[in-house]
Amino acid sequence: MIDLFFSPFLDYIFLRRALMACLALALGCGPVGVLLVLRRMSLMGDALAHALLPGAALGFLIGGLSLPAMGLGGFLVGFLVALSAGAISRFTILNEDASFAGFYLISLAIGVLIVSTQGNQVDLMHILFGTILAVDSMSLLIVTSITTFTLFVLALIYRPLLIECFDPGFLRVIGGRGTLYHSLFLVLVALNLVAAFQALGTLMALGMMMLPAVSSRLWARHVWSLFLLSSFFAVISGYFGLLLSYHLEWPSGPSIILVAGVIYGVSLVIAPFGTLKQQQGMA
Amino acid sequence: MEPAISSFWGRLTKKHPTIRCHPQGPISIDIQNLSVQYPNNPIISGLTCHFEAPSLWAIAGPNGAGKSTLLKTLLGLQKFKGGKINFHGLCPCDVAYLTQQNQLDRRFPLTVGDTIAMGLFREVGIFRRYTKAQRDKMQDALEQVGLSSFAKTPLQALSGGQFQRVLFARLILQNAPVIFLDEPFTGVDGRTIEDLMGLLHRWVKEGRLVLAVLHDLDLTQEHFPKTLLLARHFYKAGSTEDVLTKEHMREAVAASRQWEDTGGTP
Repeated sequence: MIDLFFSPFLDYIFLRRALMACLALALGCGPVGVLLVLRRMSLMGDALAHALLPGAALGFLIGGLSLPAMGLGGFLVGFLVALSAGAISRFTILNEDASFAGFYLISLAIGVLIVSTQGNQVDLMHILFGTILAVDSMSLLIVTSITTFTLFVLALIYRPLLIECFDPGFLRVIGGRGTLYHSLFLVLVALNLVAAFQALGTLMALGMMMLPAVSSRLWARHVWSLFLLSSFFAVISGYFGLLLSYHLEWPSGPSIILVAGVIYGVSLVIAPFGTLKQQQGMA
Repeated sequence: MEPAISSFWGRLTKKHPTIRCHPQGPISIDIQNLSVQYPNNPIISGLTCHFEAPSLWAIAGPNGAGKSTLLKTLLGLQKFKGGKINFHGLCPCDVAYLTQQNQLDRRFPLTVGDTIAMGLFREVGIFRRYTKAQRDKMQDALEQVGLSSFAKTPLQALSGGQFQRVLFARLILQNAPVIFLDEPFTGVDGRTIEDLMGLLHRWVKEGRLVLAVLHDLDLTQEHFPKTLLLARHFYKAGSTEDVLTKEHMREAVAASRQWEDTGGTP
């Protein structure tokens, strides 16, 4: 029992670091993911996550496989893409989802090109799918700082952000600087994706946000309980994902997301707002 | 159609006329020769109208005639192309506004209490706790809309009529001198309409100005003393009997058809 569940973390320092990184990620990504789902911005998150790739690739060119360089590059380019996609949908006939889809395909292509021409296959795999088992103290520090900052800012703007989610027109009419809160929230999303991408890679960075968030939506009916539950699911996914990855020698990123996916699947069936219960309610 | 690039720069650089606020004086909204345009599609043109508190106005007209657009323009949510809007005795941010119900997600995970508390946002700001007095106000607002025991109920458990009552409680808490309602009674049961109409009448008695976009002509004729009939370039404003005549209605329908048929060029 102890062998199965605890000793890997007691024996290996890199697994302990990975676990710490996952716990920190879970605390930040949980609430941010819930808000992303409530604002119906899942696609936006997807576009942001893919836009990290060319930025991270540029950082990789300059600084090699280090989280600070790739993270900074990813954050800047991701944010630039989010802004320009928003502007394009405002100024042209294209809807936001279409312009986001366009942007993330282009970013993906540019990112893969940069890494595969300048680096090697292994580098590409690392950037696309993450290397949580190579988390060093520096990246752990970055991830935990991002989580702290996220929770602090969320606490600060919780009330207006929630109003902006539910009824943006209302906040604008009462003069409540909706754009400010919206942009702050976008910064938080981009930061958390940067934190997640070392562990999960750019392709799956969003998974730690979306899957726990949609699962929690099936269980809880208050925003605070959604936050807690979503973080809890993310913690569980991180822990069991790492265990799976250790015992079965699977790559860590997909293992973590897979556990989150299993939680989602189970929730879909047995949760109070899942399919089974809703069907009974209708019958 | 203009090429996209020129309209892009055009929209970045073009100056729009803005709403003017005059803080002094009795509360009124003055509209002169207003025209509003979506890209290549004029919505409202040449509207001149004067709303003065206290009064209860219905805004009627065919679908797509610019009724909701008018409210949004007055609130500063929609830019306008020409004309003047003057607010006397208040600013657009002092207006309480109810959007169409279908713009809101009724399954959003909030309780009734959380939702109506938004009405106090300008008072409490982003941090402060709600005081005892504010809590009492919230309970009082819930009682006024007939939902006194619903404070802890989640929104998704409410019927359409109850949801609308919650939004009205939020309006009560905003305590605004001017109230805009966009189709407040669409998809709402008869009993609720009756109760909410009672609230509207009380607001007017308290000296407020209420503008409501309405679809139901019977309701308008029964309850609303003043009407603005709006159909793009055609409009009539005044007492409801004078405005809602058969002849005016025919003209309104013809006006909005004409725009559709010719693609907006008269």
